[in-house]
Amino acid sequence: MKLELRGITKRFGALVANDHIDLVVKSGEIHSLLGENGAGKSTLMNVLYGLYSADEGEILLDDVVQNFKGPGDAMAAGIGMVHQHFMLIPVFTVAENVVLGHEPTGALDTLDLEAARKLVREISDRFGFDIDPDALVEDLPVGAQQRVEIIKALARDAKVLVLDEPTAVLTPQETDELMAIMKGLAKAGTSIVFITHKLREVQEVADRITVIRLGAVVGDAKPTDSASTLATMMVGRAVDLDVKKHSPKKGDAGLTVTNLTVVGDRHNKVVDDVSFTVHAGEVLAIAGVQGNGQTELAEALVGLREVTGGQIILGKLDITDSTVREVIDAGVGYIPEDRSKDGLVGDFTIAENFMVNRSYGPPFAKGLSIDFANRARIAEDLITEYDVRTPSQTTLAKQLSGGNQQKVVVARELSRDLNLLIASQPTRGVDVGSIEFIHERIIATRDAGKPVVIISTELDEVSALADRIAVMYRGKIVGIVDATTSRETLGRMMAGATV
Amino acid sequence: MNNAAETPVVNRGNAVLKEILSGGATRALLSVLLGFVVGAIFMVFSNEAFLTAAQYFTARPTDSLAAAWTAIADGYSALFRGSIYNYAADDIVVAFRPLTETLRFAGPLIASGLGIALAFRVGLFNIGASGQLLFGALWATWISTRVSLPWGVHLIVAALVAILASAAYAAVVGFLKARTGAHEVIVTIMMNYIAAGILTYFFRTPELLREVDGGGTPKSDAPAETAQLPYLLGDQYTLHWGFILAIVGVFAYWWIMERSTMGYRFRMVGHNADAARTAGINVERTFMIAMAVSGAFVGLAAVNQALGARAGMTPDIDGTIGFDAITVALLGSSTAPGVLLAGLLFGAFKAGAPAMQVIGLSPEITGVVQGFIVLFIAAPPLVRAIFRLPPPQKSTVVADWWRSLVTKGGRK
Repeated sequence: MKLELRGITKRFGALVANDHIDLVVKSGEIHSLLGENGAGKSTLMNVLYGLYSADEGEILLDDVVQNFKGPGDAMAAGIGMVHQHFMLIPVFTVAENVVLGHEPTGALDTLDLEAARKLVREISDRFGFDIDPDALVEDLPVGAQQRVEIIKALARDAKVLVLDEPTAVLTPQETDELMAIMKGLAKAGTSIVFITHKLREVQEVADRITVIRLGAVVGDAKPTDSASTLATMMVGRAVDLDVKKHSPKKGDAGLTVTNLTVVGDRHNKVVDDVSFTVHAGEVLAIAGVQGNGQTELAEALVGLREVTGGQIILGKLDITDSTVREVIDAGVGYIPEDRSKDGLVGDFTIAENFMVNRSYGPPFAKGLSIDFANRARIAEDLITEYDVRTPSQTTLAKQLSGGNQQKVVVARELSRDLNLLIASQPTRGVDVGSIEFIHERIIATRDAGKPVVIISTELDEVSALADRIAVMYRGKIVGIVDATTSRETLGRMMAGATV
Repeated sequence: MNNAAETPVVNRGNAVLKEILSGGATRALLSVLLGFVVGAIFMVFSNEAFLTAAQYFTARPTDSLAAAWTAIADGYSALFRGSIYNYAADDIVVAFRPLTETLRFAGPLIASGLGIALAFRVGLFNIGASGQLLFGALWATWISTRVSLPWGVHLIVAALVAILASAAYAAVVGFLKARTGAHEVIVTIMMNYIAAGILTYFFRTPELLREVDGGGTPKSDAPAETAQLPYLLGDQYTLHWGFILAIVGVFAYWWIMERSTMGYRFRMVGHNADAARTAGINVERTFMIAMAVSGAFVGLAAVNQALGARAGMTPDIDGTIGFDAITVALLGSSTAPGVLLAGLLFGAFKAGAPAMQVIGLSPEITGVVQGFIVLFIAAPPLVRAIFRLPPPQKSTVVADWWRSLVTKGGRK
């Protein structure tokens, strides 16, 4: 099915989120919509899906003008959408989720689960999804949950499939699987709109590329265009994708972890006998496929998770059994992987967010009271220094874009007097411009003679920042290798192979 | 940029509570207005003149309309006379008595409303104001009737003991939540029953608090004169210093929540407990402290009730304050000025109800008005729909559910 958007304009008050956007997606084509966070991609797709009504412009399917009043109309017309945040019911099975809203029924309106299973099996087999219709969604890995979302769309005869930042939550492996699925679907005639800000994926899978910036189409690009060309179109200025850094000036051991063991929520060893040392002025990256104990390791280091065995020494201080507050006061900066859950208080202002881990004393508190004057001054300085794009320091954190939210977290942590920085997925869901900035800041911290631990599932990031790389697999460190180690070797280690 | 759509921050708090408390002054005022409109409808349809006239409505509709208007005007002017200014009175002292009664009733409502509001801001539903009030009142009564102390000292000791007792009783809830994960709603409700039982036992047992030479009904002595809250405006009015305590409480609440670092941590835990924990806040301990402080405010209401009295007290000393406090906190959006105004309004309802009864209206009408105000507060999308207010910036659970019921098609 051919999809055409003509002159779509959507305003929110004074803000023009979409400015006369034209887009043509041919039948069986993977069309990538490339743009930074906040460029207006999701708004455009919400217009297409009937969630917003456009102020101007029209939507055509196979050259017929459509008038969607809601997602129901869009679905009926053959548009399927896989949202960035899955719309699945965790305690339902795959089959139940897939038929939810248009359930096949038998006598007396009873639910015909057998028909639902058959439907799932059919679609799953046709495209090689490998999904068990009776599995509970909450038991499935993220990649499989995403495939359930795709099955949901296909079960309603979607001819145009919109994937909104589908790889944001996926591991490299799962990303590859998704790419293969997308190609298979396109071959079968489904048109795919692929929304993303990741250049590598666009180059790999897209047939055509439309770049959007500040709500307007900047132009079309080809997948063969270089990454820096695409990045420049996206950001509107030349972007340096490589992180410039000198070789490290290693100092004393800043963090020494010995035989660290952590028992997880399901009483299994999630961190299993892990030992490593990070020196002052060095970046150690911990790589690995998501879910191999990196999250738990980071949480154990900062005191959020109970340590079952082993020792954590910060400089000369034993912080193995310290509380979170003691760890923070010992000078450990922590950028958590899920900023909206753990890193920020969305309903707090930016200024309030700057003081979450320093509310007990100066500079943010004076006696029992908040030192408002000091806080305002510090907030103003940090916003300038860390280039947080915001109308004011009293803006709520949840109103900022992902990149700017992350800059608030980075500013808060790096502005303290640190003895160690732990950054978990520091640039996940962050636009290219901000990635560049955050990477520079992390390297600057290293160069100031601090030990830095980066935990990341993105190999690009690991290679760009690390001086040494530790690879985790099933709770154990498979090996610690030099940063120049090839992608292939790292990939093998991430699958459990020892060097 | 349309960032809300692109980077949603996961809402970790109680979405419903958040929506209800984020309404602001406009919606509170409109809800009150709507409550009065519904009250007016009740007055009209319980009015005999109107019902008679309505039987020949088609012949002479003006009769019905006139009767309806008279019913509403009579009803609300009675409420006004009973709660603010009695313009029918002969002398000025009597004319102003309703206003002082409103303030007297408002005192404990404001104080306990502040307690509930504080818990709301930390993400806790403290349904236990009634139990905390009773427990505080119990120990205030013990000090005021069983202990002899000099004038001044006696009152202060009794008040402090009441506040501490209420705080301790609430802290138990926080302790159980922190240690065992017991939900505060269940625990506070159960502790309401326990407090009521203990108080009745004390008031019935001669060796404990039963009035000297009392009969079989549970009742205490009147507080000793040295422990009574003095009258604020002389003996002409029963308004006592309890109201001033409540006003002091309003300022204390404002300072704690808006200025202090403790209140800042309370709010942080209320908004996002995960982020608070990551920032080194001991969330469980914060729950305990917050419950204790919440109980301390309710203790101010206990002081009002137990030491403002001039006669012996019965086990229903809490009246409906425990539950009215929840509605006061909701209507006041859990802010200091909001709770003050909501407490005054509900105090006026209590003071004005008897005057409505005098003109033959059922005093329960004020209860109906109160109930509808809370309903409108708790169903924000309903009020928005009625007054065509713009939707909130970010859609939320309640709003989405409601929108799916009342609107067809997509969001504009």
